[in-house]
Amino acid sequence: MKKSTLIVMAVVVVLFLLSWVLKASALQPEQGSYILRGFLVTFAAFLTLAVMSFLYQDNPFYKFAEHLFVGVSAAFWMCMGFWTTIVQNLIPRLSTSLADYFMVPQRPEGLNLFFYTPVILGILLLMRLSPRGGWISRWPLAFIVGTTAGLNFIRYLRSDFIKQISSTFVPLLGTQWEGIGPFLSNLDLSASGQLVLLLSNWVVFLGVFTGLIYFFFSKEHKGAFGVGSRVGIWILMITFGASFGYTVMGRISLLVGRITFLFGTWLELI
Amino acid sequence: MFKRRIPLFILAFVGTLLIVSVFIPPMENLGEDFTLFFDIIAVFAFFLGGGNLVRIHFGKLRRRKKDWGFSIVTLVAFFFMLTIGLLKVSSVGGVWNIPLLGIGDPAAIAASPTTEGSWFQETFNYVINPLQSTMYALLAFFVASASYRAFRAKNREATLLLLAAFIILLGRTPFGMELTRWVPESFSVLQIPNMAIWIMNSPNLAGQRAILIGIGLGVVSMSLRLILGIERSYLGEDRG
Amino acid sequence: MGKRHWILLGAIVAVIIIAAVLWLFPKERWGTVFSLLLVFGGLVALLLRSLYAKEVERRIIFLFILVAVAAPILFPITFTEKPTAVVQAVFDKIENLPSGSTVLLSFDFDPAMAPEVQPMANAISRHCLEKGHKVIFMSLWATGQALLSQSLSDYILLGFPDKVDGVDYVNIGYKAGNEGVLNVIVSNFEKMFPTDVNSVPLKDIRIFDDIASAKDVDFIMSIGGGMPGPKEWVLFVGDPGDVDVGVGVAAVVAPQMYPYYPAQVIGILGGVKGAAEYEYALKDAYPVFADMDTPGLRMMGPQTLAHIVILSFIVIGNIIYFRGRRERKQ
Repeated sequence: MKKSTLIVMAVVVVLFLLSWVLKASALQPEQGSYILRGFLVTFAAFLTLAVMSFLYQDNPFYKFAEHLFVGVSAAFWMCMGFWTTIVQNLIPRLSTSLADYFMVPQRPEGLNLFFYTPVILGILLLMRLSPRGGWISRWPLAFIVGTTAGLNFIRYLRSDFIKQISSTFVPLLGTQWEGIGPFLSNLDLSASGQLVLLLSNWVVFLGVFTGLIYFFFSKEHKGAFGVGSRVGIWILMITFGASFGYTVMGRISLLVGRITFLFGTWLELI
Repeated sequence: MFKRRIPLFILAFVGTLLIVSVFIPPMENLGEDFTLFFDIIAVFAFFLGGGNLVRIHFGKLRRRKKDWGFSIVTLVAFFFMLTIGLLKVSSVGGVWNIPLLGIGDPAAIAASPTTEGSWFQETFNYVINPLQSTMYALLAFFVASASYRAFRAKNREATLLLLAAFIILLGRTPFGMELTRWVPESFSVLQIPNMAIWIMNSPNLAGQRAILIGIGLGVVSMSLRLILGIERSYLGEDRG
Repeated sequence: MGKRHWILLGAIVAVIIIAAVLWLFPKERWGTVFSLLLVFGGLVALLLRSLYAKEVERRIIFLFILVAVAAPILFPITFTEKPTAVVQAVFDKIENLPSGSTVLLSFDFDPAMAPEVQPMANAISRHCLEKGHKVIFMSLWATGQALLSQSLSDYILLGFPDKVDGVDYVNIGYKAGNEGVLNVIVSNFEKMFPTDVNSVPLKDIRIFDDIASAKDVDFIMSIGGGMPGPKEWVLFVGDPGDVDVGVGVAAVVAPQMYPYYPAQVIGILGGVKGAAEYEYALKDAYPVFADMDTPGLRMMGPQTLAHIVILSFIVIGNIIYFRGRRERKQ
């Protein structure tokens, strides 16, 4: 290891210990397990800063944090899956004694041996880990893909196709005509602003229509069709701009959340 | 036979059953059961993920590949979390509970794994939570430098995109309101926050809906291709 | 003028500015004013530099973002909010449901979105409990259950010591299977969730006395931003079960929810701004919540400054681009 790396490591260790001691003494009056609590808060702050250090360049602290995260979160999902779904939904259907052991209520309809099917398919799925016989995991995979396809077919057709089309049929002529003066002079987003409302309805109707034209590749985008696809691109560009704006917004919020943790929970500056 | 026909049959059977169960109420129960199977197999998929992780990192360790030291971190973290999670280790006010080992209150086995004082929940709070949220928080920096470099009004389309983003970014803050407070109420749509609302409700809605309809049709036709056995790429085959 | 003269001039200007701030502003505003001066001064300097088509280094941008976010956290700037129609719709829905209605709140998020959506989840939960609704808490994400437990013990229940688990609210937690979970609960709750998180059978929980499936719930609010999340609630429960669904989403997916509004979702809370608007509406309507912690509103200060910095960098980038193009043409 290089000398500079060792120095950095030493500094980090010293700062960590210092933070632990200070944090623990700050927590002492209010918390019972203040030494542990002080360690945990310091460790969380250390991990936050370790990940942030990636902004400067890749380094061992970042790698440590990254590897820690992978290990801990894989186990987290496994345990949650086991306790919430295997123990509560599967075990009571297969064994009364195991259900009693885990203190989960037995099924009113009694055991259901049909539920060995997912266990067998699950074990076949785990066969993927073995160097040979991995092909048998195609069976549970087919089950997973089949379920997804069966579930999605109707739902997407109803919610993302039929309902979307019907929501696009909006009134394209005003309903409350009060003369040209009020029509032109009230540019309000509320229902009283008829001009804006009409404009919005036209944009929605034409926007969806031309947007779909743009996505239709079976016909060359020429002539009237070409004009439609051109307008479609503009609508989509505005859509992407809006999405980008929102994305920026979201990312900033996450950073605000982390900095608030560092300044608040850890350093208690705010 | 085993490698191709059976998977194709399973897929077609399950897929058809779930579609049919929507239309025939007495079959609803069967549809629920099959969905429950799916949920249980999903947990086995988590186990598969964990198993795979252990296999890869043990492999790295055995072959002393680059950065093998960090594989130890992953493995230790994984087994530590797995142990405290599966044993439901908890300590509240100095009282220890490890119900699966017969330590402390045996009824603690029924408690939620994320209950207050459980080591599992504490590790989530102080390790997973800061790590995951900071990893995503880094994107704030990258999104800023990307918008500086990539967002240039090179042509009409790019300018439209830029304008929309500008209005949204300004309009979704109180600053946007202050900038255009002078605009009279009867023209309130010209105030930047209202322009942002209008963009979201009209052009954005239209564009997103066009995308949604496109994707929706794609999902529907893909589901049908899968159930009919035309699409077989999930079997590792190029085409059927 | 040489380099040394520029430095001297800069120092004099800085001293004058510092003296002016100290003289003009009260002590508690100094932090805010100085940090704003730092950010805007820096931006003006970069803007002037851009006129010479000089590119800005990546790490300088990083530094600006960091300061723009950190300064308003240390020296808070607060704003008032006006709830937009999409947010007000959710607020009104909860407000107008008769007291004692059942509301299902699904925490479909992980730590990667929590800073944005956890404030709205907390605010909506408080609103429902204060209004006297019975609340079913659940999650489609394993990490969501952990965040849900955290929210309940650290924020939500602190303000409602009289509320009883199982009678006024219940936490049924997480189940694996994404949309598969929803496909079962839309017709049968007990089959998917035989117990609450602490293994209490559903038949012993009073809230479920007249709730057999998700169709019997008066209002569903899914708070999330990934898959599975709000979209799946619309597709698998809202539309087939004909239940009113509201969504609170991370900003990244908020634009994608608009095609469902208002026919399929009754309202949308988008990102931290949505949370801030909801918190504001809640504080406005309920004096009880006057002293409530409002992280959404608090975050709008750093959010605003960071947006301005990013917009400035886009402007600077474009100036450099057009300057550079002109030079290349010449």
